[in-house]
Amino acid sequence: MAETGRLTRVAENAALVGPVTLLRVAIILGVLATWEFLAHSGWLYRDVVPSLLSIGRALIGLLSSPRYWANLGVTAAEIGAALAIGGISALIVGIVLGSNRFLAKAFEQYLYYLGPTPKIIFFPVMIMWFGVGPESKVALGTLSCFFPVALSVAAGMRQIDKVLIRVGKSFRANTLQMVWKIYLPAMRHPIINGVRLGLGVALIGTLLAETKLSNKGIGFLIINAYSTFDMPRMYANLIALFVLAIGANALIGRLGGLQTIRR
Amino acid sequence: MNGATAVRRSGAGDYLPAAVGLATVVVAFLIAELLIQLGVISRFIVPPPSEIIGSFYRIVTEERIGTRFLVTAGECLAAGVMITVFGIAGGVLMHRIKLLQQAIETWVAALAAAPVVLAYPLFMVIFGRNALTIIMIGFVAALPPVILKTIEGMAGTRKVLVNVGKSFNLTETQQFWKIMFPAALPTIFVGVRLGLIFALINIVGVEFLINYGGLGQLIEDLAERYDLAGTYAAICFVILVSVLFFMVLERIERWLRPVD
Repeated sequence: MAETGRLTRVAENAALVGPVTLLRVAIILGVLATWEFLAHSGWLYRDVVPSLLSIGRALIGLLSSPRYWANLGVTAAEIGAALAIGGISALIVGIVLGSNRFLAKAFEQYLYYLGPTPKIIFFPVMIMWFGVGPESKVALGTLSCFFPVALSVAAGMRQIDKVLIRVGKSFRANTLQMVWKIYLPAMRHPIINGVRLGLGVALIGTLLAETKLSNKGIGFLIINAYSTFDMPRMYANLIALFVLAIGANALIGRLGGLQTIRR
Repeated sequence: MNGATAVRRSGAGDYLPAAVGLATVVVAFLIAELLIQLGVISRFIVPPPSEIIGSFYRIVTEERIGTRFLVTAGECLAAGVMITVFGIAGGVLMHRIKLLQQAIETWVAALAAAPVVLAYPLFMVIFGRNALTIIMIGFVAALPPVILKTIEGMAGTRKVLVNVGKSFNLTETQQFWKIMFPAALPTIFVGVRLGLIFALINIVGVEFLINYGGLGQLIEDLAERYDLAGTYAAICFVILVSVLFFMVLERIERWLRPVD
């Protein structure tokens, strides 16, 4: 045991300074150096490419201001609500379509073709229906995340091992028990994958709606920084948002153990 | 994916489910029409479907929707050409230079998951409020799938085919153009198809958000004038166009897929 432990550690150390890491560091340094050079060259309009120092300062200022966290809370609540409403209704629709061939043939193609259409264009309609407050952003996020989750769940239903379903039937499980004890555990993998896709599009839908018309939330902070031409603050907002978005995506994947599920 | 197979399987024997699906949609519209005409739903929030259908003629003749469609299509085409050229070149380069692939493939995958379109104010600062901004957002948002699928296609070339090339003593260039590229083409096109869909979504979205350009701007324009029936009709038109666009892309993909 001790031997293998040491061996892997040695291997890790070797990989740490391997050519791949070196190349990565070189690329990052190259990009940063080019950026800093452009910032000081005067070739572009002032502040279009602000210096790294001012972006760093803006980032620290942003993360230490309570206003940022309050707005992040608003956006997170909107996305959470969108994911809950859209996700649960999509789960139900997905289970129904996945378990019934006739309904799947009748309706699934509509979902399939409507799924990848641009959702933000529904925003004027959502404002009309739900007002200019957070409700219309939640509605847009819900609309965005419904389709990928529903399609993923319907596909997952059809991939469930028939033996598991027969086991449930032989135990005379009722519909609710079937869903709770057989379907949901058996298709956690496609569900988590669907939620991951859904989170991505719900986030985009909600934030784009916020940049279009709102007075709070991260989208509002970004567009506010843009309209006051405070470029360092805008970059800081975007960097923080991208880190959060990619991190949340990776976290759901990790929590769902997408890597560990192997059949 | 499974939706596609469900669609594909629908042969001559099962018109019934399709008919039920279509009938449901028609009935839903009729019920909406009825509720609005009865005043249960305010016609100042949802215009009756008949009025929406009626205003199609108006948005075609008065709002020049044809020209706007061409503007958006042109932007998509420009972004599509760019993702195809740069995406395939990038993918081939990364497949050739293994070190580069190991270093940045995960970054490209992360970029694919990143909400690039949210950086649209940044693009506006760099490129100005014009068509170039719209095309560049479409390009950046749609590039990762093309790169990733190109690498996948290249790596997935069957060993037998590579060996056939070797036995014919092909040069590197010949090996690439006669064996690797044709073998990878179906997979690459999957990437291009995904990329084009992303590009279309982002381009229409950004047109709407920055109120500039083709179809997206039309919706914004009509909504600001509180032309409700027109807004709904324009949204329906965009949805229709994008659905047709996916169907065509799917056809091409199926045509490219080898039969084995």
